[in-house]
Amino acid sequence: MIEYLQILGFEVYKILFLLIPILVSVAMIVWLDRRVWGLVQKRRGPNVVGPFGLFQTLADALKYIFKEIIIPASANKVVFILAPIVTMTLALVAWAVIPMSEEFVLSDINVGVLYLFAVSSLGVYGIIMGGWASNSKYPFLGAIRSAAQMVSYEVSIGIIIINVLLCVGSLNLKDIVLAQQDLWYVIPLFPMFVIFFISALAETNRPPFDLPEAEAELVAGYQTEYSGMMYAMFWLGEYANILLMCAMGSILFLGGWLPLIDIYPLNLVPAPIWMVLKILFLFFLFALIKAIVPRYRYDQLMRLGWKIFLPFSLIYLVLTASFLFYFEKLPKGNF
Amino acid sequence: MIFHSIFFYFFSIIAIFSSLMVITSRSTINSVFFLILDFISVSCLFIMVGAEFLGMILLIVYVGAVAVLFLFVVMMLNVAEQKQSWFIGQKTTHLPTGLIVSLLILLELLVVVGGWKYKEDFMSSSTLVLSEVSNTHQLGLVMYTDYILFFQIAGIILLLSMIGAILLTFRERTGVKKQSYFRQISRNPKSAVELIDVESNKGVKIDD
Repeated sequence: MIEYLQILGFEVYKILFLLIPILVSVAMIVWLDRRVWGLVQKRRGPNVVGPFGLFQTLADALKYIFKEIIIPASANKVVFILAPIVTMTLALVAWAVIPMSEEFVLSDINVGVLYLFAVSSLGVYGIIMGGWASNSKYPFLGAIRSAAQMVSYEVSIGIIIINVLLCVGSLNLKDIVLAQQDLWYVIPLFPMFVIFFISALAETNRPPFDLPEAEAELVAGYQTEYSGMMYAMFWLGEYANILLMCAMGSILFLGGWLPLIDIYPLNLVPAPIWMVLKILFLFFLFALIKAIVPRYRYDQLMRLGWKIFLPFSLIYLVLTASFLFYFEKLPKGNF
Repeated sequence: MIFHSIFFYFFSIIAIFSSLMVITSRSTINSVFFLILDFISVSCLFIMVGAEFLGMILLIVYVGAVAVLFLFVVMMLNVAEQKQSWFIGQKTTHLPTGLIVSLLILLELLVVVGGWKYKEDFMSSSTLVLSEVSNTHQLGLVMYTDYILFFQIAGIILLLSMIGAILLTFRERTGVKKQSYFRQISRNPKSAVELIDVESNKGVKIDD
């Protein structure tokens, strides 16, 4: 019993050791996002609270905590309160399988990729629940848009993941990174990387695909009726999801914790730092795109997902498979 | 080991409770939410017995896609809370139909479980090797060798039903303005812009 409690305590310690940095970095990337957005538009962005405005997000969070939580009278109260909790939890739960280095991973499971894919496809529930429970027009429209959008783009993300898995021969995230020691998959699978990146934008409801919360049409989409801490949880969950997508991109295509080139000064840098750098690079692209691209129309979004990305990634899948088969490069696997 | 069984009972109690709630809950939305809870706890059970691939696929396919569409439909139909219970009152009760369907399912289950129990070489009739190989590999080894035909047929049936569903709901509407990307991109200023001298008080007729 006591032994079990010791193990439990150690696990809780490890989880906290992972979660607290993630929450802090979510706060920091919100700042980075606003800062990049500002600089692209020749503004300064948040630069008042703390050095370079680094504490702006903390100040915002403090403000949200002390604001009153308003629950609409006609809302379905249980689901309304559950929605932000679901969003936040699912965004954080997925980090359990992300390997930051060869040893630094919370749970090294065999089906890591499937787990990531499953959790990211559950993310839509927070949004649907929030939109429906608000019992109001704009949130509901936002939720419906978001559900259709996320389900559509999941399909192409799934096929892109299969592309990578064909080259690796394992569903374990660690194996995927280690298989890229000679060549990062961004080079042979570059078109897939581009499609993955765009689908990730759609999956996390980021501009130019932020139709679920398009200000001009839907006020704030599914978040319209939320206030105070509950809004903040949606917001944190969304950014944690964006970070997760960046982590997924860097594991699948950019070689995870592997250094840029395996030569003397570069491989001295600790592995987790390489991972963080790659995540930050992808997030920087996310932030840039938010600033420079106008919003898509809804039918264009659906057309892009179903009529362009899906057939293209399918064809590329066939190409990858034939290439690997013809040159006898198919991974043998450990059986 | 004791914690293993504690977790087993925890998940199975949740699974049974939520599947009961699916059929007894008055509000359709709550039913769907309980269905999702049921799927999740069953997939946890799958993972506990070591069938991690099945557990994850259950999550991805059923919770991630099918249940989202259920929720979608239920929310769109805007079904209010059901006033009457299914079992009592009301002239048209669903009880007989439900009983027949559940009896059929029970019979099928009996046939499947019975066949598994009494055909002795059922497990060893495949090339399944129970070793340290991860069960994703094992599934692949069985599915793409012994059962490739059935696997492909199942895929084709799914594809056919998908095409059928699309055909059934497809209706061609006339007078809808469609955007032709090819025409839009291949336009050039010479053919697209026209300079017209408009006579005063006459106006211009523009046809597009």
